[in-house]
Amino acid sequence: MTPRARMLLCSAIRHIVLHAGALVMLTPFIWMVSTASKPQTEIFSSDLHLIPYHFALWDNLRIAFAKADLWRYLLNGLIVTTSIFGLQVLVALPAAYALSKLRFLGRDVLFALVVFCILIPPQATAIPVFLLLHKLGVLDSYAALVLPFTISVFGIFLMRQFFKTVPDDLIDAARMDGISEFGIVWRVMLPTAIPAVTAFGIFSVVAHWNDYFWPLIVLNSEHLQTPPLAVAHFRNNEAGANYGPLMAAAMVIIAPLVIAFLFAQRRFIEGITLTGIK
Amino acid sequence: MAEIEIRALRKAFDGAEVLKGVDLTIHDGEFISLVGPSGCGKSTLLRVIAGLEPQSSGEVRIDGASADGVRPSARNLAMVFQSYALYPHLSVFDNIAVPLRMKRLSALERAPFVGRLMPGRRRAERVIRDDVERVAAQLEISPLLKRKPGQLSGGQRQRVAVGRAIVRQPRAFLFDEPLSNLDAKLRVHMRAEIAQLHRQLKTTFIYVTHDQAEAMTMSGRIAVMIGGELIQAGAPAAVYEDPCDIRVAEFVGTPKINAFPGRIRSDGRLETLGHVLHMATPAPEGECRICVRPERIELASQGLLSGTVVHLENLGSEAFVHIGSAGTDAPVVARVNDPSQVPAIGATVGYGFAPEAVRAFDVDGKRIATSIPSRVERPREMAVV
Repeated sequence: MTPRARMLLCSAIRHIVLHAGALVMLTPFIWMVSTASKPQTEIFSSDLHLIPYHFALWDNLRIAFAKADLWRYLLNGLIVTTSIFGLQVLVALPAAYALSKLRFLGRDVLFALVVFCILIPPQATAIPVFLLLHKLGVLDSYAALVLPFTISVFGIFLMRQFFKTVPDDLIDAARMDGISEFGIVWRVMLPTAIPAVTAFGIFSVVAHWNDYFWPLIVLNSEHLQTPPLAVAHFRNNEAGANYGPLMAAAMVIIAPLVIAFLFAQRRFIEGITLTGIK
Repeated sequence: MAEIEIRALRKAFDGAEVLKGVDLTIHDGEFISLVGPSGCGKSTLLRVIAGLEPQSSGEVRIDGASADGVRPSARNLAMVFQSYALYPHLSVFDNIAVPLRMKRLSALERAPFVGRLMPGRRRAERVIRDDVERVAAQLEISPLLKRKPGQLSGGQRQRVAVGRAIVRQPRAFLFDEPLSNLDAKLRVHMRAEIAQLHRQLKTTFIYVTHDQAEAMTMSGRIAVMIGGELIQAGAPAAVYEDPCDIRVAEFVGTPKINAFPGRIRSDGRLETLGHVLHMATPAPEGECRICVRPERIELASQGLLSGTVVHLENLGSEAFVHIGSAGTDAPVVARVNDPSQVPAIGATVGYGFAPEAVRAFDVDGKRIATSIPSRVERPREMAVV
């Protein structure tokens, strides 16, 4: 085999493997779009076909919007994710600044604790947090959805790693210019860390937009429900699930994320590479 | 305009002492360079003066008032950093305006959105703009005001950093190796500009550098720091001609001063490599070092010392001849003013030096006083030893 042929073969194998991986990732989405476009009869028919014989996407969407107040759920999702992200930034930036740039006793121990906290799954602390919110009397409210996530150890870690790369001279220059320590966080560190904040924002928004577990536990009122709970409405144990509108609703709720990602794609990848989490 | 006094200043990081009791008075309007090898504590000293680092003990006084516990911005000193430390997200104009905005606007006036509505803000901004433009014109960076630091060359960034320092009219300027990131040609150019700036502003300049050539050419006084101690301070020529310690003698001047092993004889005469020098010292008998600058070494076919040429450095206008000779650890370097006259590598050359060129140091590295006995006594002795 000539070296050129071998290179071609290697390249072909690489592409086949990558395409197979992409297919595994994409199949559920393709299936979702396909099912959302089929009428009820075709969904349950025994023959497998991706392209529907009768295109029923608009009908399914109409049923989905009629059956549940999807706009309300999307709005809830927006309120919850933006407040979580805003508060996370408010906490994470000063904490990351202190952990990376200030010298004080026990700093390294504190940072080790932060890293350790990343290892704790949120489900492990769910019951104590639930009881805490119950005692505070804020169950079944936006506060219950937002408060437990305001301190993001992952966010603190990510920002701290980024701040480590900011030269100390810049901070000293700001001090010489008369900017206070908090002023340095917001006027100097935040603008230089925009790519990292964007990357963290995408992680945070995606995680909390898609969170099913926590809203399911703390919410009773229908008007507070977040998008993933909305999809669950279309499941009906007695009459059987109505898959067409369900998939249509699922399409609606992931659309904002996909659109946001497409817009911020470059920033996102920039942020990931900048923070060294490759 | 400020006089800065440093008294018995000590600084330790995690038990390691970086400054070991530094005393220095910097006069009003003076250009002083703190110079020394890397890790000698000169940058730490500058940061303590700036207030960025608290001292472990000792005192910094600015214009007679103690600066202990005074915030860096309240000391009204300006600093230019090695990495320029410009705010990357702000334009050149805003970078220079930051210290003025911090000083002249209240917190409410600086606030985003709300600040614009405050009554005094517009007037203050107009004055700030005039000040920034005046400084930009002075440093010839007016066309760059709208650019971001990322779009500037190293030399331009340097000017912006200087602009940010001079716009607030501080009591003194602190420079922390500001030219070490520039290429050699630009560095020489910026040296002249900073010296010119000092003549113009007549303010106190404290300039930290590891490049002794920079210190020698720009400043009115240099303070040589080695190992956390201030060894010698004085006019550049005085420090060069009259070093009080062998470490100063070796640090100041390129190429390094030549050191020969020597002895003080019981009759007070000095000898090196088996030759008695025509000079006397009141110091007690014992070992010593005989040091001679390269430009004072004279090559002669019949010099009293001799060796083999091991290396040549021809700089065009002058040349340095490295002579390996028995009895010295490192090759002896001699400057030859006419490069066409350099001997070939491998050639055996004789060399010598006048007694006036000798700086002698004892085993602890301290300078030994020497005198040259009157020549009338021994009229037959050669000028070259």
